[in-house]
Amino acid sequence: MSLEYKGFSEIKGSLVSIENVKKVSFDEVVEITLPDGEIRIGRVVEILNDKAIIQVFAGTDNFSLENTYSKFKGKPLEFAVSKELLGRIFNGMGKPIDNLGNINYKKSLDINGYPINPMSRKYPVDYINTGISAIDGLATLIRGQKLPIFSGSGMNHNKLAVQIVNQAKIAEKNNQQFGIIFAAMGIKNDVSDYFIKSFKHSGVINNVVMFLNLSNDPIIERIITPRIALTAAEYLAFEEDMHILVILTDMTAYAEAVREFSSSKGEIPGRKGYPGYLYSDLASIYERAGMIKGRTGSITQIPILTMPNDDITHPIPDLTGYITEGQIVLERTLDKKGIYPPISILPSLSRIMKDGIGKGFTREDHPDLANQLFASYSKVMEVIALASVIGEDELSDSDKLYMKFGNLFEQNFISQKENENRSIEQTLEIGWKILSILPKEDLDRIDYNIIEKYYKKEV
Amino acid sequence: MQISIFSINGPIIKTINSSSLCILEMVYVGEKKLIGEVINIDKNFATIQVYENTSGLQVGDIVKRTGNQISVTLSPGLLSNVFDGIQQPLKTIKQNYGDFLIPGSNQSFEENNKYYNIIFRVLKNDIVSSGDIFAVCSETDIIEHRFMIPNGISGKIIDIKQDGSYLITENVIIIEDEFKNIHNIPLFQKWPIRKARPFNKRIPISIPLITGQRIIDSLFPIAKGGVAAIPGGFGTGKTMTQHQLAKWSDADIIIYIGCGERGNEITQVLEEFSSLIDPKSGKPMSNRIVLIANTSNMPVASREASIYTGLTIAEYYRDMGYHVAVMADSTSRWAEALREISGRLEEMPAEEGFPAYLPSKISQFYERAGYTLNLNNTEGSVSIIGAVSPQGSDFSEPVTQNTKRFVRAFWTLDKSLAYSRHYPAINWITSYSEYIEDLSDYYEKNIDPNFLSYRQDIYNILIAEDSLMEIVKLIGSDMLPDDQKLIIEVAKVIRLGFLQQNAFHKIDTYVPLSKQVIMMKIILYLYDKLSLVIEKSIPISYILKTNIFEEIIKMKYSIPNDASNKIFESYTCIIDEKIKNIESSNK
Repeated sequence: MSLEYKGFSEIKGSLVSIENVKKVSFDEVVEITLPDGEIRIGRVVEILNDKAIIQVFAGTDNFSLENTYSKFKGKPLEFAVSKELLGRIFNGMGKPIDNLGNINYKKSLDINGYPINPMSRKYPVDYINTGISAIDGLATLIRGQKLPIFSGSGMNHNKLAVQIVNQAKIAEKNNQQFGIIFAAMGIKNDVSDYFIKSFKHSGVINNVVMFLNLSNDPIIERIITPRIALTAAEYLAFEEDMHILVILTDMTAYAEAVREFSSSKGEIPGRKGYPGYLYSDLASIYERAGMIKGRTGSITQIPILTMPNDDITHPIPDLTGYITEGQIVLERTLDKKGIYPPISILPSLSRIMKDGIGKGFTREDHPDLANQLFASYSKVMEVIALASVIGEDELSDSDKLYMKFGNLFEQNFISQKENENRSIEQTLEIGWKILSILPKEDLDRIDYNIIEKYYKKEV
Repeated sequence: MQISIFSINGPIIKTINSSSLCILEMVYVGEKKLIGEVINIDKNFATIQVYENTSGLQVGDIVKRTGNQISVTLSPGLLSNVFDGIQQPLKTIKQNYGDFLIPGSNQSFEENNKYYNIIFRVLKNDIVSSGDIFAVCSETDIIEHRFMIPNGISGKIIDIKQDGSYLITENVIIIEDEFKNIHNIPLFQKWPIRKARPFNKRIPISIPLITGQRIIDSLFPIAKGGVAAIPGGFGTGKTMTQHQLAKWSDADIIIYIGCGERGNEITQVLEEFSSLIDPKSGKPMSNRIVLIANTSNMPVASREASIYTGLTIAEYYRDMGYHVAVMADSTSRWAEALREISGRLEEMPAEEGFPAYLPSKISQFYERAGYTLNLNNTEGSVSIIGAVSPQGSDFSEPVTQNTKRFVRAFWTLDKSLAYSRHYPAINWITSYSEYIEDLSDYYEKNIDPNFLSYRQDIYNILIAEDSLMEIVKLIGSDMLPDDQKLIIEVAKVIRLGFLQQNAFHKIDTYVPLSKQVIMMKIILYLYDKLSLVIEKSIPISYILKTNIFEEIIKMKYSIPNDASNKIFESYTCIIDEKIKNIESSNK
């Protein structure tokens, strides 16, 4: 039996305090009832003897010191899961908003999850063909990886995410089930409509679970949304043996919600006002990807974040990059040139691709070819810098060749149509075709035998 | 009055009735017996940091004393094992509690029910003192575990068991000290993690820690007992470099601390080390490694402790007379854990929110490295290689700057090198090592009398190239005179053929110093001879046509690792031959 407490002793931003409480647990859920019967959910974030400080997710508007009744639920925030989640749409707190009624759940799980014991993790090695050359060839996505997209406002990261969802072969065999979890934090209504429309169009909608906290929804709720989404993902992956792809967008809005909450609590800020624990907080989301020994399912994460002012050293992309296993960076200059997807090759990286490509996985020449494309394209950048000083005409013949290589690379390799689904062979062939305009001697990252086998002499 | 909880704020709790607690004492908190540590005591409250998720704790929950500081259990069974930040064995936790780490799933390492075959090295009535080795056993196929008399105990052995197999908790000898006190000595000892283990004295550093990585061994070496830092933004290859050093450095024991990093990386280290064969013994490398895995999503307080747990284990093996290398990946996460806890304690922040004691904590950490004469007169060393993850890749931030003050080798990782996939992406202009002087005798006697002058010559070419590149960026390389073009070409040979090293290539992943010297000699010979050609006013385009540079670059793959100096002569023949052709075609 749980006691009900009337009113608060203090209301400050999204935080309220109740005094003279007994037997309150840290992190437990609180249900707050308003006079009109509306129920808001909160969580105990600090206890000081008989005073509990509660964070209210949906905001404290209409609260007074006397007009509410609060009930402590005696357990942390939980989310009820079952396979029926698939095809459904929820709000940011995990309530169905698609008018299809409640779901029959199998169990209720703590939304914070538990860290996977490092001894239980299975090192991911199976590559996912996304049909996008810049990703498959140079920053290969691996099942169980967390690979974020670093974008900027106004760039078409959503289009890219949709293309990945549509084309990626997440399940390897037909008898394996796959699912997509889409968690929206602070994105616009029309962006979420675009995703829903695209999922319907490609026929995957019945395998999608959506959690929507849109830009006009309560901000503090955003702290909960990815955790609920990942709880659903963990259940489907590790208990229902499904391969799950999780899209989290936009992580910048999430981190801002964390900052807002932290400052309302009066915590000492770290860089740019973000709390000192932002790294640990982001890690508690991103690390919920992976595979477990002895279980067939997997969680692959593609978080999307918009870099404020396109600045990759901003705390959000910076800390994300330190936690995730690589990143796909979009670049404004490519976007302006009309190249889709505008993936900036040099800073993009997939940390765990090295064990999932090459002989026995994709093709023997893949690692060397990828390395060479990186090296040669970085030379192109040097040449462009030089050309901007001395003019293109003054470049040496070899430098001019690199300029040509750079253009071909951007136009033929990076650029592709938004419904173009290239096989890995096609991607590698395009790579060789472009590389073969450079003299063989310049290919210093490729094994001699591989050059002999794949270099296109006729170009 | 029982000690009980008064307030809870994340991992920090305050308790009342706590006047009996000691600073740094380990306590059990609440029903689940979460592990905590006392960090502050005042008239009314004690502040305790809890090493596990505090979700579910209540005001009034009981806190139990243990009377001890947070300690590690030192005994056989550490090697090839994996622990969390406070030495709970993760393999056993997995067996007992499943795939997820649930708060309260405590498991002490002492409960390891394994028998070891003990051979005693002392006899009844022998006089022994602290640190003396009284028994040995083979801990793994390649490492002999040496049991030492615990610190603070000395006297006469009045009883001793027979050679045979024992659990680590069994008492095997009895010592009577000068005050007639009786001490039962088991096969394990406890040591508080925040206290450095004692030794006889430090010995001046004089032996390199050979890593098989050319840019480190030849240009910026680290000594056994030395300290190095690897700062680098994300994606520049810190972890990859740490893995390479862990695999190939010639220390006897490796302690790998995954401090606040990715879970999958720990899995990778485990898998790689079990499949790698140690070239010296022919046994799996995992026989010589201890892994401390406190990944980024595991509790932050035990992340803070993980560094000390690793160091204490390292010092224990050092005391046995081994050379130990500690890889800490990454010290920035440890510093952030300090910041997080300091913030919860509402301490006054210094730079960027880090506590004011950050520099002293960093210096204490690195000072636990060293080459020592141990209490038992063996020699051992602890070398520390710490990765640093600067915020926003900005090396002026507090953790990087304070680390720089206390390390003597500094390997900076460079984003643009990483972008062009030049690995290891160690920048040769901004990196340095202060150990070269200390090691000069070793190089002269054991490697090559001219080693240091080769090193300097190679480095001078790189420096010359760096200043030339400033000009090239403005006017293009075509405008340079031929002698300067030659410097650029030879520097390219050094960069591609020497500094760049392929971690995935069978031969190139580890290169012994002897081959590194041969490679440096070949490059310098090439440079000397070609300089003469240029002096004769033969255009550099003639040299380029011969592909001589490409051929030298390939030597990293074509010279076998066990090559003798003869191979140098065969390369000089090739170079001479090519030069003869160049000169004759010019006529």
